[in-house]
Amino acid sequence: MTEDIIDLIKENVIQGRVTQDDEGLEEGMAGKPGVTELIGEAIEQGIGLSDIIKTGLTEGMETVGQKFEAEEYYIPDMLASAEAVGAAMEILEPHLAENGIEAKGKIIMATVKGDLHDIGKNIVSILLRGAGYAVKDLGNDIDPQTIVDAVKEERPQYLGLSALLTSTMMQMKDVIQALTDSGIRDQVKVIVGGAPVSEEFARSIGADGYGADGFDAVRAVESLASDKAKG
Amino acid sequence: MPREGILVHNPYERMTKEQVRQIHHASMQILTDPGLISFNRRAAEIFASNGAEVTPVSSGDHPTWLVKIPEKLVLHALDSAPRIVKLGARNPDNALILNGEEPRVYFVTGSETNIWLDVEFPTYVKKSDPKIEIQVPEFRPRRGTVADLCQSAHVCEHLETLDGYIRTVNIQDKDITEDNKDVNKFFASLNNTTKHVMSGLTSLSQLDNVVNMARIIAGGEEELKQNPIISFITCLVKSPLQFVEDTTDTFIEVCKRGLPVVVSSSPQAGTTAPMKEAGIMAQINAEILAGITLGQLVNKGTPVLYGSVPVRARMDNLDDSYGAVETSQYNVDCSQMARYYKIPNYSTSGVCDPRTPGTQSSVERLFSDILVTLSGPQYLHCAYGLLECNSVFCLTQAVLDDAHFQMIKFFLRPARIDETEIAESLKQIREVMATPQKLYISYIRRAMRSRQISPPYPFEGDGEGDNVFALAHKRMQELLAKPVDHIDRATTARIFEEIPGLLRRQVDGLKTEG
Repeated sequence: MTEDIIDLIKENVIQGRVTQDDEGLEEGMAGKPGVTELIGEAIEQGIGLSDIIKTGLTEGMETVGQKFEAEEYYIPDMLASAEAVGAAMEILEPHLAENGIEAKGKIIMATVKGDLHDIGKNIVSILLRGAGYAVKDLGNDIDPQTIVDAVKEERPQYLGLSALLTSTMMQMKDVIQALTDSGIRDQVKVIVGGAPVSEEFARSIGADGYGADGFDAVRAVESLASDKAKG
Repeated sequence: MPREGILVHNPYERMTKEQVRQIHHASMQILTDPGLISFNRRAAEIFASNGAEVTPVSSGDHPTWLVKIPEKLVLHALDSAPRIVKLGARNPDNALILNGEEPRVYFVTGSETNIWLDVEFPTYVKKSDPKIEIQVPEFRPRRGTVADLCQSAHVCEHLETLDGYIRTVNIQDKDITEDNKDVNKFFASLNNTTKHVMSGLTSLSQLDNVVNMARIIAGGEEELKQNPIISFITCLVKSPLQFVEDTTDTFIEVCKRGLPVVVSSSPQAGTTAPMKEAGIMAQINAEILAGITLGQLVNKGTPVLYGSVPVRARMDNLDDSYGAVETSQYNVDCSQMARYYKIPNYSTSGVCDPRTPGTQSSVERLFSDILVTLSGPQYLHCAYGLLECNSVFCLTQAVLDDAHFQMIKFFLRPARIDETEIAESLKQIREVMATPQKLYISYIRRAMRSRQISPPYPFEGDGEGDNVFALAHKRMQELLAKPVDHIDRATTARIFEEIPGLLRRQVDGLKTEG
């Protein structure tokens, strides 16, 4: 029974089905339980969280990654699966500590002041959730002080900043300066991204990482996490 | 089931209904004043015996006649010419149904080029930084051979958008003569594609050999009639307004045999036709109608195509300029005239002026391919691989053309807007607006897999370099490696037994005797 539910979770991650209303890729899936319903059922049955995360969610995403590499899956498929994993992790999060499972990390995401473009930031948020991170999305047009306040309150390990315009990208520098002025710069790793942003720019404003696209942003966060683990 | 081609729902038309009528009336006037000069005795006699005013102009070794065709004769011919012409195929699923009243477009190769263009990719090293190497396509022209024609038919068999095959290259091997060229070019084409095969005829003496070959492949006389796997192109009227002696004979004989035939006229605006749109349109229309009329007088009901290949002259050297904007205008107008007469239209696009593939070639061919397709001609020829105004054929270019015809066909899909689509879209919009991300991405997954979303350009490079030619060339080689459904052994043996002039090496292995 345990294996059945975990297999179903994995299968639905591969199909990219968040809820029972999602069609997935194969015919006849609509109406059947999606990842959120299956996770609820698994918790009710007392199935181990580490099994759910490792065998259901992580292995499911690994299969999705392989399909993407083999050009069988496209970016929308990756996003759908990541969204399903993100939804699952949101349900599981309150239960992680009591089961002795350490969360991967928390990330605050924001599009900077003066910039209303949030597609890129939203896609990165979905992918990060899919990779197992807890994401707090502040939205768009967010001023530096609001970001500083959120970092103080939420105490995330990472801060992701996004900008689409050349006229707003310098706001990222202001946010980093505001973090420094508040004495919390060393508490959080800052990753920046967006169409006009480059690795060189990221370095020049003192950011810790740069994501060229959604997948690269996840890689940047994973890389910083790995550096941190190595001490 | 025949091939689908692409139906143009609202064909683009340049002329108003009144302008179409004006062109028709102008053409009718041309047919009686000045009329046509005929270098062909039989044509003159056929017209004379059917009420046309025929006057000898000169006698001696090369007699000529002035033929004045009354409108009544033309209108009768237009009545008896079939509205629907079937072009059969060795694989019946590849048959084409050309309906003069329906703007359903089929994409076809053409024409008969003397030059075949090989492509190689030598490596160049950057002088200032020898670590940097790039591959640049190098094009090598040479005379076409039987092997080339086979290769071209083979690749065209696998091109997704290509509906029919007009022999692309003139076979000029040492062992090809005027007397065996026709049978060899038809066999090379028929043996390497299961699509419809159309060609001109080099020698009238070979017509029956070619027709017999088609009869054997189709399975018999009646089978060939029901499934005409071959058809002919004839340029019986040379512009301006002259029935040519030999091609008119060929046309008459093809009509007698009842196989589909194109009445093709190719005036050049500025030299062999007026430069002005009204002038060239009135003349080419008169020339084609004169040919159609002759065909119907020879054999009432014989299937004919309104073959329009108008072109503008280059101003610097008076060569053809298929890349000129006016060339597309004339072709679009002809498509409209053919539809007015309800005769299937054989039209022209995709030919370009430069001799090698490149930026100019891409711009010119895509420009005319899009515009002429939008006008809804039933049989769009010259569309694949042709360069330098019909004199050069490049198979890699044909593969590139297939890619842009896929784009054109996708564009011409009918708009999917109805109550169901609207209801589904409203549901989607409301659902997405209720989510924090407000993204529609999850809804496009099924659409992608059901081919509702146009695919990316297949020859897109993965870096900053332009790898289009290299990727298209690789694709061409892949297609060449795919098997082709050749004519079966028993039929091939019978063809070689009954049809004289066929080269054994066509089936024993194609070593060029060039």
